[in-house]
Amino acid sequence: MNTQLLLIQVFNGLVNGAFYALLSLGLAVIFGMLRIVNFMHGALYMLGAFAAFALGQAFGLGFWPSLILAPVLVGLLGVVLERTLLSRLYGLDPSYNLLLTFGLTLLTQDLVKQVMLSQYAVSSAPYTPPAALAGVVNLGFVVFPKYRLFVIVLSLVICLLTWLVIEKTRVGAIIRASTENPSVTRAFGIDVGKWVTGVFGVGVGLAGLAGVLAAPIYSVEPYMGAELIITTFAVVVIGGMGSILGSIVTGFAVGVLAAVGAALYPPIANTLVFILMAAVLLVRPSGLFGLPEGAR
Amino acid sequence: MTALPRTTTRTDRQRLTRAAWLIGLGTVLLILPRLIYPVLALDILAWGLFAVAFDLLFGFSGLLSFGHAAFWGTSAYVTAFLLGHGQSVPVAMLGGTASALLIAVPIAFLSVRSIGIYFSMITLAFAQMISFLALQWTDVTGGENGLQGFARPGFLGLDFSDALTRYYFCLVLFAVGFSVAYRTVRSPFGQALQAVRDNEGRAQSIGYNPLRFKFTAFLISAALAGLAGSMYTFGHGVVSLEVVNWRTSGEVVMMTLLGGTTTLFGPVIGAGLVLLLRDVLTTANLPVGIVTGLVFVLVVLFFRRGVVGTVQHWLRRS
Repeated sequence: MNTQLLLIQVFNGLVNGAFYALLSLGLAVIFGMLRIVNFMHGALYMLGAFAAFALGQAFGLGFWPSLILAPVLVGLLGVVLERTLLSRLYGLDPSYNLLLTFGLTLLTQDLVKQVMLSQYAVSSAPYTPPAALAGVVNLGFVVFPKYRLFVIVLSLVICLLTWLVIEKTRVGAIIRASTENPSVTRAFGIDVGKWVTGVFGVGVGLAGLAGVLAAPIYSVEPYMGAELIITTFAVVVIGGMGSILGSIVTGFAVGVLAAVGAALYPPIANTLVFILMAAVLLVRPSGLFGLPEGAR
Repeated sequence: MTALPRTTTRTDRQRLTRAAWLIGLGTVLLILPRLIYPVLALDILAWGLFAVAFDLLFGFSGLLSFGHAAFWGTSAYVTAFLLGHGQSVPVAMLGGTASALLIAVPIAFLSVRSIGIYFSMITLAFAQMISFLALQWTDVTGGENGLQGFARPGFLGLDFSDALTRYYFCLVLFAVGFSVAYRTVRSPFGQALQAVRDNEGRAQSIGYNPLRFKFTAFLISAALAGLAGSMYTFGHGVVSLEVVNWRTSGEVVMMTLLGGTTTLFGPVIGAGLVLLLRDVLTTANLPVGIVTGLVFVLVVLFFRRGVVGTVQHWLRRS
């Protein structure tokens, strides 16, 4: 295969990787702090895309305002969900959170489908990228759609920012302290409950952001998050659950590996990530960047 | 806890309750195809056994498999494939069950070393591998179209073109599968399994190997799920990608929870309730996903004991 094609595959892989990274980053933040395995993450990603579409239809909002507003709306919905439903299951086995969010996923997907059918008379809608990002850009060695490049760059920036905030700032220190020892943190006068809710909101907001970014590439439809969430789970397992750096690095790496693998041997495209996961588990049961889990 | 001697009256009462459940469930299943149409009744048998298989792993070993569709689906496809290639019904169903057991060996080996939520996600990922395989291996699985129109040759004078005959044939298989699960959880193996579930460290310190117990339980559960999957194909005469979809893995969890985990009778009742609900919803033209999703949420939030669990709890208190 020639280098030109391979490079394009690498870039396409980076685009997919950008979505894996954003989604698994959100999952990692949420799992690391709340011990919630948010199966609903895929549905919230879809809601982000759907919100961008619906805001455009109802209020004529373009891509840029939606890019800010849709994740905020999804984040707020997350806050409500955490306060009203998920918080009831704290102290129980994390399986129950997985099951609850699975139920919510079924509910959300079909609800959005109903709304799309009744309000807009479509079950899948195209979403156009903003004019400023239309067309292609010549990088010298490869010609690539501008919008896709934008997705890669923005995702990288957001991922690095999140990592910086959690690892290097005071806010991050509070979050990590609340995760590692809630009762001691509380003793320092920090309202752990509020922080937990906030973190959940930000985590699902990241999913919403990924959704808006995905809308122009994959178009908006109720089940767009369904397959993606499974791949993201595999990415999370490979990276090590709850590891921020692990989810970012693994997200992009899996995207590229799967795309290159698919170019070399097409039938393997969708399974490669799971084969990779099985291989990693054989060697490191807690993932590449994960610390061994205690008997939890 | 279980080592403490129980009073005789308590044991007698437990035995009586179990017998009552057994007789009650048996009677309902015997007359079921007279109450609802036989294909739906057979669905309840198949999904019921599937849920029992899942409960064996989730309820009694504490392992939440989120990929049980892999075994149900593999068996469903293999059964359909064998029937389509001129094999008799028993051979096809045995082949399906065996195939589920076979793929469970590497999956169990890789996943039982993980615990808690890791285990769930790993089983889910393996099930997705099977699902992609089913999508892409079109020569064998029919891909998007699935497999249909395969023969169901008669056996020992039974005419399988009759839905009622199929039901009672499967009722016998169900009884076999159910008693395997029932005997397993009440055997010394089952007791040790529950000890591992409750406190792995303690079980290990008294000489049990937790991994070996979980591995064995996984295989039994997968084989029973396989038997259920082959019953499903046999009952419908078609098999589609839906059998390996992750929704299927979630649905069996829902049936088990709704009926009541660690009860064995519960999952069957849960399966019945979910299928009847879905039947009502489709005929009433209501959105199935919204209602089942809502039921799921409510069960997880407020009704974790499930139907049978609640009744048993209530009986024990009175």
